[in-house]
Amino acid sequence: MSLSDYIASKKKSRGLLLMTHTVVGYPSLDANWQMLEGMQAAGVDLVELQMPFSEPIADGPAFNRANQAALANGVHWDDYFALMTRAAKAFSFRLLFMGYYNNVFRLGHETFCRRLAEAGGHGFIIADLPPDQCAELNECARKYKLDPIHMMTPLNEPKRLKEIARDAAGFIYCVARKGVTGRATAMDAGLKDYIARCRAATKLPLGMGFGIRTPDDVRQLKGLVDLAIVGTACLDVWERDGRDGYLKFLQSLMDATR
Amino acid sequence: MFSELFQFPPGKEGFFGQFGGAFIPEILHETLAELRTSFEAAYRDPAFWDEYVQLMSTYSCRPTPITFCENLTRLQGGARIYIKREDLNHTGAHKANNVMGQGLLVKRMGKGRVIAETGAGQHGVATATMAAKLGLQCTIYMGAEDVERQRPNVFWMEQLGATVVSVEDGTRTLKDAINAALRDWAESMADTHYVLGTVCGPHPFPLMVTWFQSLIGKEARAQMLELTGALPKRVYACVGGGSNASGIFAGFLDDKDVELVGVEAGGLGLQSGSHAARIAGGQGSVGVAQGYKTFFMQDAEGQMRDTHSISAGLDYIGIGPILAWLHEQKRVRFEAATDAEVISAFKTTVRSEGLIPALESAHAIARALQESATLSPRDGILINLSGRGDKDIFTIAAALGDERWYDFLRNKVNDHDRKSKK
Repeated sequence: MSLSDYIASKKKSRGLLLMTHTVVGYPSLDANWQMLEGMQAAGVDLVELQMPFSEPIADGPAFNRANQAALANGVHWDDYFALMTRAAKAFSFRLLFMGYYNNVFRLGHETFCRRLAEAGGHGFIIADLPPDQCAELNECARKYKLDPIHMMTPLNEPKRLKEIARDAAGFIYCVARKGVTGRATAMDAGLKDYIARCRAATKLPLGMGFGIRTPDDVRQLKGLVDLAIVGTACLDVWERDGRDGYLKFLQSLMDATR
Repeated sequence: MFSELFQFPPGKEGFFGQFGGAFIPEILHETLAELRTSFEAAYRDPAFWDEYVQLMSTYSCRPTPITFCENLTRLQGGARIYIKREDLNHTGAHKANNVMGQGLLVKRMGKGRVIAETGAGQHGVATATMAAKLGLQCTIYMGAEDVERQRPNVFWMEQLGATVVSVEDGTRTLKDAINAALRDWAESMADTHYVLGTVCGPHPFPLMVTWFQSLIGKEARAQMLELTGALPKRVYACVGGGSNASGIFAGFLDDKDVELVGVEAGGLGLQSGSHAARIAGGQGSVGVAQGYKTFFMQDAEGQMRDTHSISAGLDYIGIGPILAWLHEQKRVRFEAATDAEVISAFKTTVRSEGLIPALESAHAIARALQESATLSPRDGILINLSGRGDKDIFTIAAALGDERWYDFLRNKVNDHDRKSKK
């Protein structure tokens, strides 16, 4: 089942799906596993596993630190795919690669797609690969039935939104605002106009991330987009409140989607 | 060849062979599109270039002269050695060219704030100077380690009205300052321009910065013809990101008989693992980071490695994509000079010519002096002295083991402590 079909089928019983995120190797591979168990228990629909990179230019302070620490912990591609393989067998949510292009480029498009598919991943989000540079990788992705997730932003002109949509699959990742990951986003009328522009450019489901930090934020996305994406806020809770607080937080986010 | 750089085949905008491009988060797409449009309009408008040249002649001592180094020539006993004096620019380095050029562009775009990254602080000081002159707000990102090493430049940036942000991420050096500047820009682009300091980053920066710095090469070519009646046999320039090299090489790209030599930081030696010789060392590999594709110092999985150089300005993971392409085209030859060779060349130059080169520039001199003896006295070689070395007094005094300098520092501190106790 393709990601967009998966999203459509899940949406029959719930208006808004939830995607969460973890940086592989931060704070540790064991902690990643506990987080993933929590996501499963809460009923999260999709999970981004971020491959740490030494130059994460799209990430704010929290994820930036997490990337560095994960690399200092010695995380490599083998650890990454091993975690994904284990998670794909143990859990029912769909797994996506998230990361930066250089790691993918160095591994090679073909090897990346093959290993991702073998590990049980369903698609990928690459923060610094623009749609005009992704043709070769996306062709490879189709061969392995992986969905390349493209990003739209509130600054894109309608013409650019069309370009982004052209080669996208699975769903569109709508970046909620300017800036990097982690800081709060104002939910206002501008956001609705922006979502309307995205809808006009694509028939794919829409996910929204960057600054979606609270159950309230998630609730406000109901009826607007198909998928709420919460990244940094989950990590912040883990670091502040530990495992129990994290599980409660995930549950509160899930409750907000109902 | 130089004008070819400005023409891209369909679908390959911003690429030089396989290098370059714009690998950036989508949020910056429209901002870079706006910059491309402004740059292209400026490039097509002769009045813009005239305004730029005029500004540099009244604000930054341009055209900078070429000095014939009679003593160095005699000492080496080979080719006649000429030096292009970019050290005479305002703020002491070729960095002034690029920042003033971008400053004029910022005024055209109507933005009120500039941000920049800086390593040693030269580009930061130059940007803060430009911002002061053109009435712009200014924030400079600088790796925390560099902030600690380069207090004098931090002092001047702050005096010039800039906010200096100490970047604690990663290796706390230049590459981390670039990441921090890109993150700021992803938020602030509506009223802010990112004054990238070198010929790296996403398109159009490599091309635009090369264009502004080509002023060096245009002047140098005409000056060599006037001074010697011939073109130089070889042109030497140091290469960190590569802006001074791109600038002087630009003037000679179409002269096939002029050999262009880029000198990278050999650090503690190419076998030591502590250097920044991405091409000359053969240890860089093609990758994509900080918005562009080029040779990077990285591991097999694409994580960037630590680099080392005695000169902060050459201590960087990547090299300008145009230079990477010119390497592939065999138009530029890359070599490396070690920290020790650089200190030696520095001492020779100071003593023989009374010129105080920046440690960056001393890399180019080191290599040129090694090669000049093998050339004929009929040949002229040209070295780009990209900046002056006064800024390096702390590093050079340490490298030379000058105890009296440390006595002086101790006395200054004691003096200050005594006064503040009163």
